[in-house]
Amino acid sequence: MQHASKSRERVLTALDHREPDAAPIDFGGTPVTGVHASCVAALRSHYGLEPRPVKVHEPYQMLALVEDDLKRAMGVDVEGVPGRETLFGFRNDDWKAWKMPDGLEVMVSVDFNTSTDTNGDTLIHPKGNLSAPPSGRMPVDGYFFDTIVRQDEIDEDRLDPKDNLEEFSPIGDADLDELALDLETAGKSGRAVITALGGMAFGDIALVPAPNLEHPRGIRDIAEWYMSLAGRPGYIHAVFSRQCEIALGNLERIHSRIGDSVDVVMLCGTDFGTQSGAFCSVDTFRDLWFPYYKRINDWIHEHTAWKTFKHSCGSVERFVPSFIECGFDILNPVQCSAANMEPEALKARFGDDIVFWGGGVDTQKTLPFGKPEEVRREVLTRLEIFSRGGGFVFNTIHNIQARTPVENIVAMVEALREFNGEA
Amino acid sequence: MAVLEELREAVLTGDKDRAVEVTRLGLETSIDPQALIDDAMIPAMDEVGRRFEEEEYFVPELLLSARAMKAALELIRPLLADTGASSRGCIVIGTVKGDLHDIGKNLVSAMFEGAGFEVVDLGSDVSPEAFVAAAREKSADLVGLSALLTVTMPSMKSTIEALEAAGLRDRVKVLVGGAPLSTDYAVEIKADAYAPNATAAVRAAQELVGGRAPCR
Repeated sequence: MQHASKSRERVLTALDHREPDAAPIDFGGTPVTGVHASCVAALRSHYGLEPRPVKVHEPYQMLALVEDDLKRAMGVDVEGVPGRETLFGFRNDDWKAWKMPDGLEVMVSVDFNTSTDTNGDTLIHPKGNLSAPPSGRMPVDGYFFDTIVRQDEIDEDRLDPKDNLEEFSPIGDADLDELALDLETAGKSGRAVITALGGMAFGDIALVPAPNLEHPRGIRDIAEWYMSLAGRPGYIHAVFSRQCEIALGNLERIHSRIGDSVDVVMLCGTDFGTQSGAFCSVDTFRDLWFPYYKRINDWIHEHTAWKTFKHSCGSVERFVPSFIECGFDILNPVQCSAANMEPEALKARFGDDIVFWGGGVDTQKTLPFGKPEEVRREVLTRLEIFSRGGGFVFNTIHNIQARTPVENIVAMVEALREFNGEA
Repeated sequence: MAVLEELREAVLTGDKDRAVEVTRLGLETSIDPQALIDDAMIPAMDEVGRRFEEEEYFVPELLLSARAMKAALELIRPLLADTGASSRGCIVIGTVKGDLHDIGKNLVSAMFEGAGFEVVDLGSDVSPEAFVAAAREKSADLVGLSALLTVTMPSMKSTIEALEAAGLRDRVKVLVGGAPLSTDYAVEIKADAYAPNATAAVRAAQELVGGRAPCR
């Protein structure tokens, strides 16, 4: 596969909407472009890499690190620097062994502390604190955690936006130093460097229940939060507004410490699309999100060379003009399997103005359930459409899910080689 | 008439407090509880469904209306408990084994109730055996299966097979839904229908079992 020394240039060229020497590739750069632990293990075995348990760096979706040897085998051009804390509020400083329900031995953080529910489900505790109520649940024989909603009864008269802001705070010096060091190390890989800047996600429904907090307050129930978008817009504005102030302060501190040692920053994973439509209207988006996204993007573009990355699942075609207008450079995961998300039409309408990072193959149907040849054909077709004129980084549509046959993932990698003239 | 109109408006605009207040008022003034459902709540939820389809309403508005409707229904239901008169059929619904995602399932469940069906919601991570037991016990007309994850789609197939093995499949229709599903998959696993969203689910249920008996 391609040499990593050209990787960064390849990605930056594509981000600049120019056609690079080969289609750039991301597997594992972010928590939304990752690979399930079981698939990382299978890939390591397939490529004959050193046998060792994979490291689960993102415990919510059980994503494992795609380490350097596997990156080379898969031709990856992107180096991800994981966030400082996992979704469950602990760090990945040291590792311990853990067995998945299907028996796969993996490594997890030493603070990945679980208990077992009466029905056999695995419960994970925030900050690794077993005395705090669990904030995530993995069913018996499951492959992922889902958040446990911990919602006190809501008293409208006592609702205070501050309660929904506990998880947002100014970044500390030690975290800044660590981020700078991690980015410096990542930069030496020769790949384009991406990191998720915590605290920039406004109302991401995976984060609303605050699985990282021991005793969350405020509006934490998912349905209640969604209803608040229509029923309590003042509250939402108050939360987002203060969150935005904290984020802008952090951006200033982060940039003054790391400069342009990062190429891409993932800001927000809030989903605006469903499989068949939209979670909210474009008007709601423009009222509640647009002003804050714009302030963040404007600050970044005014002060840095970073490109900004927006993740939103589902049918988001109607939101893309607003994403572009508020300054996002990159859209992910480009869910072509959702309504009104046909690749050709997306590329024709928005390809000059936003980079598609994803859309490479359907992870709901083709990759998990198709035949290798069907995977190959779909990958080649998507590459043909999206690569034209740059503005594209190959990734599957969202993470590669558990139980995806390894031969299909390999067929995808082989199709990438074929397209890039390396077969 | 004013009460019915006000209840309809409260449900339509998702005003739970108003819906509860008006329902109480209606019951105090001896309005037929069945009329509150048939002439206010069902038309309101019909209109909510229409607005959702026309993209005038989205998930937040749908949830607000469903909550208002359910709060009002809670007051009315005990008055109808013995007659079952309000039911247009009995639906058992749940997210299949291994899957904890329930936003879509909850929306569909509420829309079923809003359309006059009696709904037995089994929650999430529901085993095939639990679906079979509930379908049998409640004499369900329809079983609704939901899944978000590709890894849990096979649980839908196991559930349908369990209904077959239990000898219930001839009298129970199966409707499936969830992000990774399709009509092709529904056919493959021998479901009766696939619905891509909550309003389509209501339409499918009405076509499959509308007008059947209440839950046992």
